[in-house]
Amino acid sequence: MIIRIMGEGQYRVSSALLDDLNLIDDRIVEDVAKEDEAGYREDLSRLIQAIKEKGEPVDPEEILESDVIVPPEDLTLEEAERVFRGKGLIEG
Amino acid sequence: MGLLNRMSTVVKAKMNTIMDRVEDPNETLDYSYQKQLELLQNVKRGVAEVATSKKRLELQRAKLAMKIDELDSQAREAIKGDREDLARQALERKSALTVQIEGLDREIADLAREQEKLEATDRRLTAKVESFRAKKETIKAQYSAAEAQVKVTESLTGISEEMADVGLAVQRSEDKIETMRARSAALDELVERGTLEEFAGGDEVERELARIKAKSSVEDDLARLKAEEGR
Repeated sequence: MIIRIMGEGQYRVSSALLDDLNLIDDRIVEDVAKEDEAGYREDLSRLIQAIKEKGEPVDPEEILESDVIVPPEDLTLEEAERVFRGKGLIEG
Repeated sequence: MGLLNRMSTVVKAKMNTIMDRVEDPNETLDYSYQKQLELLQNVKRGVAEVATSKKRLELQRAKLAMKIDELDSQAREAIKGDREDLARQALERKSALTVQIEGLDREIADLAREQEKLEATDRRLTAKVESFRAKKETIKAQYSAAEAQVKVTESLTGISEEMADVGLAVQRSEDKIETMRARSAALDELVERGTLEEFAGGDEVERELARIKAKSSVEDDLARLKAEEGR
């Protein structure tokens, strides 16, 4: 399975990791709903760490479509809210 | 739906606008390649802009540091002339400036990280664009129009995702710099006018803590200067 961490490139990971990632993703949804900035930062960073630890970076010369796309680690809570509201990442 | 799904939707939407023109395969490949080169230029411009902004903040920091030294000497002169009230005023301004310097240090560190990230993006995209160029020539040379269509779609999907990602990274970086520039211009102006207190960010608790910290640093400074001047 190919996962893109935005702004950092792609990683090749075993599909088994997806369950773990989904759990963290669910927590992120709750963090954003509760506007829990600290929890959100921690969970997003944990999500990204899990991918980097368990995955192998894809050679930059390879051109592949990703199965999963993970937002950049510095995505702010406000930006995450925008993404959830379906307004995209960038204003306008 | 989780953040990962939403994020994919955002990126796919952007990819679709990038891949809009899949009609004649060869033309599409060339068109995409042109766009990739343009994007690469944007990334390089982004790196340069971050570097310039960092330089600007470093200069601003140096100016504040000079001002702090100045205020410290003024306070010392005031103590020598037995004007504790004036010394206190100078030291209060010095303390406000010190807080601003700490803020600038954080922003400078942020920009240094941003620059590193964009430089890594530049290297990755350069490798991908070069690999796309080679692939594009192979596709053009080896496949009939009908066969090429499949290959074109394959490589275009992958590269368009990369372009969407990089495009967003460059835009976010520009937004960040814009905000910092505005802050830094506002800071310059307030330093000129000498009304830094209005500039304190954060919530009420943070501001109160900052006030307490500032007060004790003023008292410490005052005690130090008095001791040094034997008063």
